[in-house]
Formats: sequence, structure tokens, C-alpha cells
Amino acid sequence: MRLHRLRDADRPRIALTLDGRTIEAQQGDTLLTALLAADAGHLRRSEFGDGERAGFCLMGACQDCWVAVEGLGRVRACATPAEAGMAVKRG
Amino acid sequence: MRIAVVGAGPAGVRAVEVLMAAGHRPVWIDEAPEGGGRIYQRPPAPLQRNARTLYGFEAKRATALHAAFDALKARADWRPETLAWHIRPGAKRLHTLHRGTQAVVEYDAALLCTGAMDRVLPVPGWTLPGVTTLGGAQIALKAQGCGIGRRVVFLGSGPLLWLVAYQYAKAGAEVAAVLDTTPFATKAAAAPGLLRGGATFAKGLFYVGWLRAHRVPVAEGVTPLAIEGGAEGVAGLRWRDASGREHAVACDAVGMGWGLRPEAQLADLAGIPFRFDALQHNWVPVRDAAGRTPVAGHYLAGDGAGIGGAEVAELAGARAALALLQDAGQAVEATTVARLDAALARQQRFRAALDRAFPFPAHLAAALPDEAILCRCEGLRAGELRAAARADNAAGPAPEMNRAKAFSRTGMGRCQGRVCGAAAAEILAAELGQPVEAIGRLRGQPPVKPLPIAAPRPAPEAVP
Ligand SMILES: Cc1cc2nc3c(=O)[nH]c(=O)nc-3n(C[C@H](O)[C@H](O)[C@H](O)COP(=O)(O)OP(=O)(O)OC[C@H]3O[C@@H](n4cnc5c(N)ncnc54)[C@H](O)[C@@H]3O)c2cc1C
Ligand code: FES
Repeated sequence: MRLHRLRDADRPRIALTLDGRTIEAQQGDTLLTALLAADAGHLRRSEFGDGERAGFCLMGACQDCWVAVEGLGRVRACATPAEAGMAVKRG
Repeated sequence: MRIAVVGAGPAGVRAVEVLMAAGHRPVWIDEAPEGGGRIYQRPPAPLQRNARTLYGFEAKRATALHAAFDALKARADWRPETLAWHIRPGAKRLHTLHRGTQAVVEYDAALLCTGAMDRVLPVPGWTLPGVTTLGGAQIALKAQGCGIGRRVVFLGSGPLLWLVAYQYAKAGAEVAAVLDTTPFATKAAAAPGLLRGGATFAKGLFYVGWLRAHRVPVAEGVTPLAIEGGAEGVAGLRWRDASGREHAVACDAVGMGWGLRPEAQLADLAGIPFRFDALQHNWVPVRDAAGRTPVAGHYLAGDGAGIGGAEVAELAGARAALALLQDAGQAVEATTVARLDAALARQQRFRAALDRAFPFPAHLAAALPDEAILCRCEGLRAGELRAAARADNAAGPAPEMNRAKAFSRTGMGRCQGRVCGAAAAEILAAELGQPVEAIGRLRGQPPVKPLPIAAPRPAPEAVP
């Protein structure tokens, strides 16, 4: 999936990495926005073999957006602000 | 008196306002960094906060609520980014977590204003990247300035369906279709009662009219068949119209939801009994019209106490705070209480008409194909729950929800059944040939949301 920036898309840029690859995002993005508005496509792969996942509720309830951030451990991408320099791994 | 309030949405803000005016300084907890709750959620600071753009017709109310919140948070014991993950009603303790640090909040009275989340029906393909709840689609736009895709289908029923579709179209996203599972006739039959809603009803009509005028394809009485796509995400959606014809619509995202269900896990842990509200088709915690519960010292307000919407939440928050003060022997203004009670009763009648206009399509949940994923957390399919329910199941039949959970892991995942619970209950009820209220509901468990693995848990203590 790809989030489509519809408004307010001129904020200062920040850079983070996803599985070692650089991702450009904007200040004020959540991790979910940062990754999915870039070309990450998905956030995790279901541990039950039924495919990719990219969150569902965007309000911190469904837990389907887990990713790992270096130094923070497992977080919900939808409820975690993206910060410059974050090293993110798919959950 | 030590008072704890959980939630800083419309209900929590108005509750704290009343408590502080009466001279108290409550501990005020919200998982979010700021107040406003779901409807009036504010984007993080680097994003613009133009109330008109963000909240439309609700801009005035949003601005007023934010102003109230900003004034209160400086004087209350405000604890943002803090999850209340457990409550012990005997010991009167809330357990909280803030950025990895645990704390215990001791209280004499607790007021829970925990809100709601989307009620969803699984549809084959609903775990594909690009499928979100209606509320999630709205949060992406409101709090992040993003659409969930370029060409979006909105599917479901209820006021949020039309509102979110309208908000997307206004923001410049292409709305590929609005697919309402409720037949037109059902809504028409409820129209006389809806008229009581006055402005709220008029706004609803406006959104529908606006979408039609802008040639957004809309259909009513639809049956969703499958969301299709692959590793890249959603590619389209197949559905059947009211006359039985199949259609396919190309899209890269789907927002779906069928009303809301209370976020009532803390109320459950507080030992408050629940009842099945047949009209809302939800389990709701038991409380009186003022928000008092059968568990002394524990009060409920807002959508977490039964879905009422944002206006009701504001009234109910203030009313529950007054009930708390009354029970503590503090004088409250009788005219204020009477005004709130009258307004709440009026709203209740409108709400009942809304629930009749947009009934939960239980038959769609019950008809979920065996191979479709039911529980996202555990990758569990509808057929596995059906098998657990049957008498020939090796572990014995599962006659109610919590047994079925033990046998099939439905609702045991990390969301605790928030997402699949409503549909799972319908599937189980249909399989057993029982009314859905007869098979019970999934119980809340601490922690109400998963804690980071690193967070140490406090030693268990006996519940008096
Ligand atoms: C995603 C979504 C979008 C919505 N959009 C609209 C809309 O556009 N228009 C409309 O009319 N209605 C909308 N609604 C409904 C509307 O939000 C509610 O009717 C209204 O907000 C109810 O107010 P409340 O105070 O009861 O709860 P909420 O506004 O939901 O506030 C509850 C607060 O409690 C906090 N909370 C809950 N549990 C805990 C816990 N354990 N620990 C710490 N904090 C906790 C939450 O973080 C939240 O801030 C939406 C609902 C949802 C779920
Ligand atoms: S998308 Fe549901 S918790 Fe993040």
C-alpha cells in the first residue's frame, strides 16, 4: 500500500532507515506514515504465513503495525513518531 | 479525595472540567500525547492545525474542546502518553505505563472515559496492505494529511461511512465507490426518528447529497464478496448489488467499518457487569443514566459506556463527574444536573433511531467463508472457529465465546478480540443456532494492550 500525501506535504524532511535502506519522511509523520508514504509497501509479514500486513486501525488498538526500532524495541508504527536517524526493521 | 480520570476525549475533558471547578485535582491519563480523543484528534505540531479544514462542521466544537483541554491540562495532574493497562477495583489502583516506566495510581473514585473503536466485519482479503478501518482512514487524513491510497473504496455502514468518503473527496482523493451494506429501505424506515437529530441528521444528508452531486459512485444494500490484491496490496474489490448482480471496482485501498464498539476493557477489569444492548448490537457495561456503575466508586462516560457520539460524550462526561461529586457528598447545582439529564434523554432517542437506521449486518459476519481470515492476530480462519464450536470437536463443543477462545485461539491474540470479536460472536452463534447474546462475550485481560517486553510487571497482589 502507499499512503498518498494530500495536504501539508511540505514539512521539513527527515531520513530514517528501514532494514538498512534510507527512507525519506517528514517531520510530524508517524512511523507508519513515514514508511508507507515512501515505498515500504508493508510493515510486517504475518507469522502465520498469510502474507504482508500494513496496520489496520491506525489508532493503536489492533497491533497489526508492529515494527522494531533500534533502541526502542517493538513499537506500534501508527503510535510512534518518526524521528531522524531511526533504524527500523520490519516486525 | 483522590480522583483518576482515564481518557481525554470529549467525555474526559468535560468530566475533568467539572471536577476541577469543584476544587479537585484529578490524575488524568491518556495514551495519546494530547487531548481531543478520536473525533477531535490533533495532528502533531509540525502539521497545520486549521480547525475548519480538519473538523469541517465540527470546527467550532473542536476548537472549544481543545481550548478547554489546554486550560485544564496545566492545572490537572495530566499524564499524556500513558497507558492505563490494568485496574484493580478492590485495591482501587490503576496501573500505568509511560515510555517504559510503570506507575501505580491510587484513587478513591475513578471515571473511565475510554471511547470506542470501529466495529468491523472481516471480508475475504481484508488483511491485505491498504485495507484500514474507516476511523483509521480518517486518522490518516486528519492527523497525518494522507489518504490511505490514491483511489479508495469506502465500505460499511453508519454515519462515519459517508463522512469519511466526503472528507476524502474534499481533500482531493479519488473515491472509487461508497458501498453501503444497509438497504435504502432500512434507513428510510428510521427517517422519522432521525429527524429528531436536527443538525446531525442534516449533516448526514449533506454528505450523501454532496457525494452524489459530485458523481461519486454509491450503492446501498450491497454484499461485499472479496478484496483482491497481492504482496503490493489492494488491487480491487468485488461486491454484489441488491439485485444480485456482481461488480468489480479497481482501487488501491479500502476503508471499512460498521459503526463503533465500546473500548470497555478497563470497565470489564473493574468488575462492572455487562449487558447486551440489542439495539446497538454491542455488549455494554452496566451503568445508570448518570454514569454510576454497580461497582462503588467507579463511573463511566462517553462511547466507552455505550456508543452515543461526541455530543453525548461531552454531556455524559460532565454528568458522570457530577454524579461522582454527589456521591461524595458535595453540593452540585440541581439546575445543571436537570439540564444535562434532559439533554442526554433527548440524544438517547435520536441515537436509537440511528441504530435502527444502520443495524449491524450480523448475517454478513455469519456468512464469512470458512477459508477467510477471521482473526488477524492469529491468522485464524472462520472455518477453524466453526470447527471448534461443533459437538464432534475433540475437546468437546464450545458453547460460548470464552470456551471457543480457549479451543480456537479466537480473540486470544494481541488485540484481545477488539477487531474480530463482533464477527466471531456472530459466527459462533450461527454455528450453534443460538442468539448472539446467549454465547457471551470475550473477557478483558490485563494488560489491556500488550506492554513492551522490557517493561517489568509489578508483583501480583491479592485482590481483596
Ligand atoms: C477512529 C475514530 C474516528 C471517529 N471520527 C468521528 C467523526 O469524524 N465524527 C464523529 O462525529 N464521530 C467520530 N467518531 C466517534 C467519536 O470519536 C466519539 O463519539 C467520541 O470521540 C467519543 O468521545 P469519548 O470521550 O467517549 O471517547 P474518545 O474520543 O475515543 O476518547 C477516549 C480517549 O481515551 C483514551 N484511552 C482509552 N483507553 C485508554 C487506556 N487504557 N489508557 C489510556 N488512555 C486510554 C484514548 O487514547 C482516547 O484519547 C470516531 C471514532 C473513532 C474510533
Ligand atoms: S494500525 Fe492498529 S495498532 Fe497500529
